[in-house]
Amino acid sequence: MSNSNWSRRSLFRAAAGMAAAGTLAACGGNNGRSGGSGSGVGLTQFFHAYGEAGTEQAIKKYAKAYDKADVTTQWITSADFESKLFATLLTKNAPDLFEFHPQIQMVKSGQVADLTDIIEPVKSDFNPADIKSHTVDGKIYGVRMIDDPQFFFYRKSMLEKAKVQVPTTLDELMEAAAKLTTGKVKGLYMGDDLHSVIDTMIWSAGADHLNEKNEIAYHTPGVIEGIKKMRKLFTSGHLLLGAPTASWDPSSLNQGLCAIQFCGMWAMPAIQQALGDDWGVFPFPKTIDSGKQSVYNGGWSMFVNAKGKNVDAAKEYVKWLWIDQKKYQEEWATSFGFHIPPRTSIAQTATKLKSGNAAEGVKLFNEFGHFDNIGWTQAMRTSLEDVFANSVRKDMDPEAALDKADAAVNRELKKLFG
Amino acid sequence: MSTTTTRDLASPAPAKASPARPRRGLRGSPTFNFWLFCGPFLIGLAIFVYAPILWSIWLSFFEARFTVTPDKFVGFENYTYMLTNDDFVGSLVTFTVFAAFIVPTTWALSLGLALLVNRLRFMRAFFRSVFFLPTACSYVAAALIWKMSIFSGVRFGLMNTILAWFGIDNIAWLVDPNPPWYWVVIVSARLWLQSGFYMILFLAALQNIPGELYEAAAIDGAKPGWQTFRHITLPQLRATSTAVILLLLIAAYQAFDEFFNLLSKTTWGRPPLVELYYKALGESQDYGSGSAGAVILTVLICAVTLLQGKFLGFGRGEESK
Repeated sequence: MSNSNWSRRSLFRAAAGMAAAGTLAACGGNNGRSGGSGSGVGLTQFFHAYGEAGTEQAIKKYAKAYDKADVTTQWITSADFESKLFATLLTKNAPDLFEFHPQIQMVKSGQVADLTDIIEPVKSDFNPADIKSHTVDGKIYGVRMIDDPQFFFYRKSMLEKAKVQVPTTLDELMEAAAKLTTGKVKGLYMGDDLHSVIDTMIWSAGADHLNEKNEIAYHTPGVIEGIKKMRKLFTSGHLLLGAPTASWDPSSLNQGLCAIQFCGMWAMPAIQQALGDDWGVFPFPKTIDSGKQSVYNGGWSMFVNAKGKNVDAAKEYVKWLWIDQKKYQEEWATSFGFHIPPRTSIAQTATKLKSGNAAEGVKLFNEFGHFDNIGWTQAMRTSLEDVFANSVRKDMDPEAALDKADAAVNRELKKLFG
Repeated sequence: MSTTTTRDLASPAPAKASPARPRRGLRGSPTFNFWLFCGPFLIGLAIFVYAPILWSIWLSFFEARFTVTPDKFVGFENYTYMLTNDDFVGSLVTFTVFAAFIVPTTWALSLGLALLVNRLRFMRAFFRSVFFLPTACSYVAAALIWKMSIFSGVRFGLMNTILAWFGIDNIAWLVDPNPPWYWVVIVSARLWLQSGFYMILFLAALQNIPGELYEAAAIDGAKPGWQTFRHITLPQLRATSTAVILLLLIAAYQAFDEFFNLLSKTTWGRPPLVELYYKALGESQDYGSGSAGAVILTVLICAVTLLQGKFLGFGRGEESK
């Protein structure tokens, strides 16, 4: 019988051969770029995981519809996105395209490609503030995909029951939080770390992160007063702390854990579904009497990796999707969570943003909105987060905490601007 | 006698290869066998451990922002920055507090578990597995369970539910540093995760203690229980205890996952690796400062380990037996 010829050594040889063949086959076929409808060039794009159902499928649908390249999408958990993106950008596996926020150090270090040539023809159709926030020395880096205004959402019935008016000052917000707190419901939720309201608190105190000369502009008496008020609020017992979901997720408001929550416009469809019409929105109130209400206009932009192998092909895809395909852009902005399209022509015709709280959100965006400053980097952002951690949550003297932040921010500014 | 001697001289030991016998190529060579078995491991070690360490040391002398192939040499500037950065120095204090909590508690708990399991007459394997299983759990998964389920700050968190039975208000375990309840969460998570592993080490050591020692002690009038434990068991476990404390200390230095996931973006409760991640690597992409911090930390771990070995007598366990 043939079995008599199968010695132990023969079996090992056969197994080794099969293993080697398998390895070679794997090397040849699994390049991670298959699955698209295009041919030839393969592009990889990084997206952070959006919270709204259907977003991942939409991005992959757009990629599949593109026929000049095979576009592969990596959908990365939100908390890991920044660190994974930055680490990968240093390697050969860096994505050809990625979404992020405009930051000058990425331009200075040559990480992002100049997209002026593809944006210039339609520049006038973009929100001028979005163009400004992506411009360095007259060149535009990145195409804004969505604008995300962030403000407070509140339960109308709870405010009515507690006889509380919509707050317009930080003091009123603190009083409202106290009146709205009951045995099972906390008055206010802004996330455990309060990071989402740092920017708006500074603007509402009449200050800014940096001035026109790229010097520190946040270290003002108004901001110090604001930090002290935030400390009082943090220790009042009227803030929801330790919630299972972060502030970008409207679950705490929807589940009745709080009466007022800071969140973004993207959450409107989910809130509408959970609460019907029992909700409204208002901007971050004035921190001090001389301040002004404010709204942070966050958002995401598409960038091309300047050190990638397929810069031109990546730019072509960005132009195709985020400049030419207006229907996709409108769908992306309004069919899942609500976002404001950065293109004026699309924003004006987006019917879902024309009525109710969505229209109110657009109004707040236009009236009180502040956009990203490209000179305000991640490291500087972290410095102010540390101020909030030290002063608001840990009771450090705000002046000392801001001095410490100044040292870190100035170190960054010196490296970036000399 | 003479017959035996003659036979020994006439026929050499079979283990010794005859010079005339043909060698079976390199497979007969101990050197070849050494490289065959250790080569792949050494190559992996060189590529994934030693090369990054050397690269990190090199990076620490450069202005390496947003790049790992820098060209601007800055000497010891990154070291000066890290050593004068009170957050980095503060992270060493955090580590000290953490080590002061976790090393003795894990040592005591794992030894206690080992003593209990060792005394079992039945289902020993079952209990050994039950206590060891958490070791297989990811630190990230455990941290999320601790954060979102057991120590959630809302009313339906497990601990807050229990506290509510006694009329105690909700505690925001991980949010408010005053009082520092976060240590309860962090230490309990790590205790659950690692005690089972050290229990196995103690169990192996306990089973190596000769039974005659206990018998001799009993004959000499030693009472079973604390007296036997203190004068026989504990001294016999000295080598294992020293190794366990050493491993626990190194593991404490390397703490990252549970701190990172339980205390997102605080300025307290940051052990050195988390501090390095936030301040120098991660989002800031300052690989020069980060590498300098990593080198400082490495030197510190080596120094502490050597000192600890000297004081606790690591390697002298066999002599003490």
